[in-house]
Amino acid sequence: MSSQAITLTTVRQDARPVSERIHDWVVTVDHKKLGILYIVYGLVFLMLGGIEATIMRIQLIVPHNHFVSPQVFNRMFTMHGTTMIFFVVMPLLFGFGTYLIPLMIGARDMAFPRLNAFSFWMTAFGGVLLYFSFIGGYGLYGAGNAPDVGWFAYAPLTARAFSPGHSTDFWTLALLISGIGSIGTAVNFITTILSMRCPGMTLGKMPLLAWLNLIMGGMVILALSPLTAAQIMLSIDRYLGGHFFDTQAGGSAVLWMHFFWIFGHPEVYILVVPAFAFVSEIIPVFSRKPIFGYPIMVAATVCIGFISFSVWAHHMFTVGMNSYGNTFFTVTSMIIAVPTGIKIFNWLGTMWGGKIQFKAPMLFCVGFVFQFLIAGLTGIMLATSPFDWQLGNSYFVVAHFHYVIVGAILFTIFGAFYYWFPKMSGRMYNEALGKWHFWLFFVGFHLTFDFMHIPGMLGMPRRIYTYEPGRGWEIWNLIVTIGVIFQIFGVLAFVINLLWSFWKGKAAGNDPWDAWTLEWSTTSPPPDYDFAVTPAVRSRRPLWDRKHPEDPDWKYE
Amino acid sequence: MKRSEHARGLLHRAAGIAVLLGGVLLAAKLCYGAPPDPGQIPSIFKPQSTPANSIFHLSLLVLAITGLIFALVFSLLVYVIVKFRKRDIDDASEPPQVYGSNQIELAWTVIPILIVLVLFLATARVIRSIQDAPKPSGAIEVIAIGHQFWWEFRYPALGVVTANELHVPVGDASNPTPTFLTLLSADTDHSFWVPRLAGKTDLIPNRVNHTWIDPLQTGLYLGQCAQYCGTQHAKMLLRVYADSPEQFNQWVQEQKNPANNNDAVADGRRIFETTACVNCHAVSGTIADGHFGPDLTHLMSRETIASGAALNTRENLRAWLQNPDSIKPGSLMPAMQLNEKDLDALTAYLLTLR
Repeated sequence: MSSQAITLTTVRQDARPVSERIHDWVVTVDHKKLGILYIVYGLVFLMLGGIEATIMRIQLIVPHNHFVSPQVFNRMFTMHGTTMIFFVVMPLLFGFGTYLIPLMIGARDMAFPRLNAFSFWMTAFGGVLLYFSFIGGYGLYGAGNAPDVGWFAYAPLTARAFSPGHSTDFWTLALLISGIGSIGTAVNFITTILSMRCPGMTLGKMPLLAWLNLIMGGMVILALSPLTAAQIMLSIDRYLGGHFFDTQAGGSAVLWMHFFWIFGHPEVYILVVPAFAFVSEIIPVFSRKPIFGYPIMVAATVCIGFISFSVWAHHMFTVGMNSYGNTFFTVTSMIIAVPTGIKIFNWLGTMWGGKIQFKAPMLFCVGFVFQFLIAGLTGIMLATSPFDWQLGNSYFVVAHFHYVIVGAILFTIFGAFYYWFPKMSGRMYNEALGKWHFWLFFVGFHLTFDFMHIPGMLGMPRRIYTYEPGRGWEIWNLIVTIGVIFQIFGVLAFVINLLWSFWKGKAAGNDPWDAWTLEWSTTSPPPDYDFAVTPAVRSRRPLWDRKHPEDPDWKYE
Repeated sequence: MKRSEHARGLLHRAAGIAVLLGGVLLAAKLCYGAPPDPGQIPSIFKPQSTPANSIFHLSLLVLAITGLIFALVFSLLVYVIVKFRKRDIDDASEPPQVYGSNQIELAWTVIPILIVLVLFLATARVIRSIQDAPKPSGAIEVIAIGHQFWWEFRYPALGVVTANELHVPVGDASNPTPTFLTLLSADTDHSFWVPRLAGKTDLIPNRVNHTWIDPLQTGLYLGQCAQYCGTQHAKMLLRVYADSPEQFNQWVQEQKNPANNNDAVADGRRIFETTACVNCHAVSGTIADGHFGPDLTHLMSRETIASGAALNTRENLRAWLQNPDSIKPGSLMPAMQLNEKDLDALTAYLLTLR
């Protein structure tokens, strides 16, 4: 197969001057370089979003705290949410997808390499624009100001009457522009996966990562479009005298909610489906077994993709829908638990009877299964619309979606980092530091987000810059903030590990995990052209077939 | 031998984490010695009204079912981790390769569907019982209007207008007098949430929403705005007083009285009526007819000012008049730049508005 090409790569990249190498990165259309650019970009914004979160948690450590003003606090939670969703998790997931999809389907690049570069730079420009609002938000009126309307920016708070200056415009344009990038990436993923697979790789023999990214791509196109449309409508409202969401002139605030959440709920699955993809690659390799029930894993994800477009109004149970509306969105939101449950059981089925190796990637994936289970169960509580009338918009919801986005998605992203770091850099990471990262982050995560459920049930709403003493919320907020310290040290271990291993790590070799998908058949890091000879496959685990010619997969599939 | 060492290592790690968690909890507990007054905790698990009560009972069912699922899947996960972990005595061979099982997968598809069905039916009943509850003839009607960052309450049938502190009669099984609220907004989105009385319902401009409560015990129920509405969303607090029928009737009578007109505070009244106060505030029987801020006719009948942000004392009132930002930064009431003498006079006037 393709390993015969290894000896052909002899170009020495690092002998050239720095300016030339930087130039290479800026003008590159190579999917591997763009993937790494996405990932580095996501990590930088992860630090920014983390700082914003820390500022909020310091402010809330005791009631009536004066660490920051309400204006600053409101900017912090708006920027934190927008940053983490649009400029951390999406770029990280797109980055891994961009890097891995061609390698895993035996292609030499994406279908549209230049669109690929365009998409990345649009996303990057969006994030920079958002952060420029700290300097330019007030325009000519005065000092800096970032958006403070919340990450879902409910109308009419975004109308000019309530949001003068330009901070909301920065938010609108940043999302509009990065949304164009996301749609470009989605088109690219879909085209690449549908038309560039290597010989023998039918749809049913694709790695799950490719399948799940295909589904994610379809969802991005459907979900980002209404968001983009809504941003344009909002700009028309603000500058061209439109009244779509301007309630003072007869517009509808609820219309904005529908537009936002028909994007916003599928968005959750857009983020979690690629996380499922990582888990579905990592758990089998570290359990030494193929994924349990491949066809039903694909089917369940397709189901999730469809159903996720019919659940959006469960974010709106409190806006006064009639009882039939509430009943409908209750049942669709509960139904989506079924395919999601199937996936959890199938991962357990994959581990069952295996020889599980608890290396750092696997630790993070087991953490994912545990936390995603809890996130799913609190999700059922919130889908029960009367229960949501109590829990919605409280700290319980904040805990719930951080369980999904940190406990499930960020954990798998960390797992993916450790798993594919040897492939991307050619060097092994430090396993001991990786375990430190896991345990510190695990403890910090649970201190913060387990205890965050409780003040929500005691009546503490979200997005408040301070709270009244004597309502039973103090102790929980204190513990939640203590957890942040552990998370910071965990992330520090991660950063040190990445940097140290990048310069000093041991050489990884082509296939450090004894894994089964095509990316491990080429060198680490792969050459510009990925594969010297286009590989041909006969099963879902081509490298298993090669390593076990006496017992190949294709006999059973 | 190896096996027990593994087990011990695991045990040590688990014990370490337990000690750590216990330490953090203990430290946190020490910082807050005195437990808060349980009556002041707006817990959703201490319902005192029919809608909150039905939600509470539904939530017990949901918690039981999800708790059971958690216990089951979590034990499965722990079993898998412990039982199938790679051991040092294992050889390098691969475990049996299993690709799936249609029977098992069918089972873990059908069983969750049945659970969802049960949960859904129980939920649908509660939705109907709360949202489509008939309005009895003795119901009190209140229009609640959300403002940045305070609540306006109007009782159209009783001719009462007040702010931030809602008075309702306590429930009575023989002669039900629930309070039905019509929810409106004057500016941005807000949400009416008093956890012990009912779930939250939003107040949205250009839209009419409804909710209802029937407190089962007299007393004070705390809540606050639960939809981000701008800078001071955090201090848009909400107090609901459930009065006995006699107390409630007396309160209504007092609220219907015209404002006190006491010549001893004529100075303060003149300042009130000649500064911008009257543009936003109303005092019945005077030229003050503004609707942008709370009605002040019976200001001193309320226990708090600034939508619950401070107790309604002379000092707080004066501090509030001098500089509203000192109590509620970002509040829409401007500081009127009054001198000390005028401030005292104005405070004295407001203190007579009983």
